[in-house]
Amino acid sequence: MRAKAFMNPYLAGFLLGLVLLNTIYITGRGLGASGGTKSMVAATVKAVAPEHYANTRYYQEAEAEHPGSPLKNWLFFEIIGVFIGAFASGVISDRVALKLEKGKGVTNTVRIIASITGGLLFGFGSQLGRGCTSGSALSGMAVMSFGGIITMLAIFGSAYMLAYFFRKLWINK
Amino acid sequence: MGPLVPDIIGGEFNFVIALLIGIAFGFVLEQAGFSTTKKLVGLFYGYDFTVLKVFFTAGITAMVGVVLLAHLGLLDLNMIYVNPTYLRAALIGGGIMGAGFIIGGFCPGTSICALATGKIGAFWFIVGSLFGILIFMEAYPVFEEVYLADNWGPVRIDKFLGLSQELFAIIMTAVAIAAFFFTQKIQDHLHGIKPTYSKNKVLTYSGFAALPFVIIAIVALTPNSHERMLAKADNSALQEKAKEIMSDKLVLELANNYYNINLIDLRDSSSFNKSHLPLAINIPFDSMLNRSYEDYFKQHYKTNIFYADHPQTAKKAYVIATNLGDAETYVLHETAEQFDSLIFKAKIPESTASKSEQQLYQFRSTMAQNVKQIAERMQKQLQPVKKVTKKVKGGCS
Repeated sequence: MRAKAFMNPYLAGFLLGLVLLNTIYITGRGLGASGGTKSMVAATVKAVAPEHYANTRYYQEAEAEHPGSPLKNWLFFEIIGVFIGAFASGVISDRVALKLEKGKGVTNTVRIIASITGGLLFGFGSQLGRGCTSGSALSGMAVMSFGGIITMLAIFGSAYMLAYFFRKLWINK
Repeated sequence: MGPLVPDIIGGEFNFVIALLIGIAFGFVLEQAGFSTTKKLVGLFYGYDFTVLKVFFTAGITAMVGVVLLAHLGLLDLNMIYVNPTYLRAALIGGGIMGAGFIIGGFCPGTSICALATGKIGAFWFIVGSLFGILIFMEAYPVFEEVYLADNWGPVRIDKFLGLSQELFAIIMTAVAIAAFFFTQKIQDHLHGIKPTYSKNKVLTYSGFAALPFVIIAIVALTPNSHERMLAKADNSALQEKAKEIMSDKLVLELANNYYNINLIDLRDSSSFNKSHLPLAINIPFDSMLNRSYEDYFKQHYKTNIFYADHPQTAKKAYVIATNLGDAETYVLHETAEQFDSLIFKAKIPESTASKSEQQLYQFRSTMAQNVKQIAERMQKQLQPVKKVTKKVKGGCS
């Protein structure tokens, strides 16, 4: 079966905006993603090295904010939902398949190493910048946060500046 | 009035909501095409601007929606989370994230969507991001200085630029629409397409593009819920509906029934602190619409009685209170000063006074005595319970 076409981007954007607006109305806060990933990392550290967890200031400060388990975090439950929702959408539109997307000029190994490196940078940057494209840029824009909009400009600005150097990963030139 | 968390929805149920919202979020992201990295990075090479279109449309929709909900009095902007600005961390962190985006091909939210639809690159991206986060947390003391530098607090960009939020929303929408228009041109040029648009399509798109402007214009030109409420309070026909209570009746009620009454002093807090009627609590007229007092106007077991310096202020408060809730409400016919001189400074009648005057004096002085005693006993207990209106926490950190 052929995968169905993607939704009209403006319609998708409008719906995404409504999801975000609802989130702000119900919870007073925006959407997020990297915060959910962070709670998973913190929970793993707590389970694997409880002593280290108890002795490190950063974890203790996070613990004070989310008492109990690091997984008792709004964003953790939200990203579980994201996974379910995206899977459902993929199934409905016949888009679920194991696939490695890349430009023709690079090998699978290069693409995978680039993926890991990119993830490493994004994960690190999202912690330093207090949120990623969802939590800081998009949600920040909705509530007119200065910091959120600056983060957004920094993310897209830096990606544009570096795009030329990594073109082989994505386009066939 | 929103937000519903933490006052109306709380605790673990909030996590159920998080899951449901996440499902909607993930569904829309995937439908938009954010689960494929080719679409995501297309933005940076000019061949596919889907990300820009979806992202800005979503941002504008939510931004205009927030302005509209606040205008209608459905959302309390003082309560929502505004991402704080730490300038240096935002710039450096954003720069690093941008590099991660172009090298890895995803951002954290989209990588989850892509993993859900079987993209192998997304799996490795997530593995990388887990380690990226771990590095930051483990090496936090090294980055702490940058992380905490230039803390400006939750600055809003409209305030920073000295614009009204309506004007900023209009500018942002105009920028987005211009961006949509020109990026479409670039995209068509790169693909060598000479597109033709049907009249219907042009009309539909123009209509949708005009919608945010129309909403913002309505918000800018009509009074908001706060202003509408104050205008209502000025309506003398509504003021005349205020149920009044006379000083003598009030003092009798206070002496016998004080536990069923909220005697509310509408004057500002400095006048209140100087002197006030016994057993009174202070809700300054100007703060009546403050969310922390709404419980007084919405409860069903006590009678609210307003008094002020001017009888009209009390009547205005009556109009506002009965609009905010359906608690039983009265206004004191006399002013605070008149009450004081009638009851507490009641003059001993001349010996030639009639019997009824003598009785009235007897009544007033006894009641004044009783009320004073009760007030002394109750001193500490009766001040309004300051409801702590907690700001919502948010963000990704």
